[in-house]
Amino acid sequence: MIAAAAVVLVVSMAMVLVRALRGPTLYDRILAANHMGSSAVLLIAVYGFFDGRPEFLDIALAYALINFIATIAVLKYFAYGDLGAAGVREERNDA
Amino acid sequence: MPDILADLLLGIGILFTLAGSLGMLRFPDFYTRLHAAGVTETLGMIAIVTGLMLKTESSGTLVRLVFIGVFMLVTVPIASHALAKAARHGGVRPALREEE
Amino acid sequence: MARKIAFAGILGTLWILLSGHYSPLFVGLGVVSVALVTLMVHRMNRADGTRYELRVRWLAFGRYVLWLFVQIVRANVEVARLAFRPRLELSPRMVRVRALPRTELGRVIYGNSITLTPGTVTVHLDDEEVEVHALTRESAAALESGAMGRRVAELER
Repeated sequence: MIAAAAVVLVVSMAMVLVRALRGPTLYDRILAANHMGSSAVLLIAVYGFFDGRPEFLDIALAYALINFIATIAVLKYFAYGDLGAAGVREERNDA
Repeated sequence: MPDILADLLLGIGILFTLAGSLGMLRFPDFYTRLHAAGVTETLGMIAIVTGLMLKTESSGTLVRLVFIGVFMLVTVPIASHALAKAARHGGVRPALREEE
Repeated sequence: MARKIAFAGILGTLWILLSGHYSPLFVGLGVVSVALVTLMVHRMNRADGTRYELRVRWLAFGRYVLWLFVQIVRANVEVARLAFRPRLELSPRMVRVRALPRTELGRVIYGNSITLTPGTVTVHLDDEEVEVHALTRESAAALESGAMGRRVAELER
């Protein structure tokens, strides 16, 4: 079952990669990248068990941290054009 | 017995991972795809991680799996919300079907 | 001061849980790391100054997490079925729901719970309302029933 999980995770990452390439919007691509990151965390964990080396979990944990920070950082960069920007844009509430 | 349960959980995880990725491909617009991504990242993730938990005897491995699970449960909605909000501010219009 | 010691204690526990080695070298490295991080956080707090407190009823919070888990499973099954169906039967919509929780923390828990349940994503959250993108009419209706908001409001103190 662990081998099956690893295969399915790779297949599903390939499917998400198609979405990342197709877009159409920038946010679709960021979503796909974030989703591939989450799948990669699971894949690393599952592969560690498949290989009998659960130490891989440390890498999965680090990857989970980086994945989150990277998504937020990319979004911030595209919103402000500057990673060091402080403050909040004024809210536009169009109903 | 725990082994059967672990395989069952991994199977459930596989099913929901596939559902999420399939939704990412099939759903019509960005916001609907966001929901599909959530399927893999919530139940798919929980099932796979708990399945792996049942397969290990080492406490260090267990602790790491718990950390991965809890951390993803905390960050996934934040990332989804940030994406949704950024997309709306970026002018991506949701395809709506409001009529009953 | 008591806060800093507690914080350093949490970090130290984290180090021990993740390291699993008890040789003087590793424990020493842990002590140095914990001290460094505590110092950094101290300086960052002086620059920022905002203090966040987790004031919830913890027992009720535990019950809420269990309830939320059941909701997550249900919503997942629903969205997964939609994804596997040969015909797409989506009825995406934007809904505005009054945010029942009054405190900032309560509203954050509420917004995150909505997003964590597939089929609903919080797009905007302010003092009065949450604006939610729902995948189907059913997921929107479940949210508008206000069950989740009431439960989160009960956690506040």
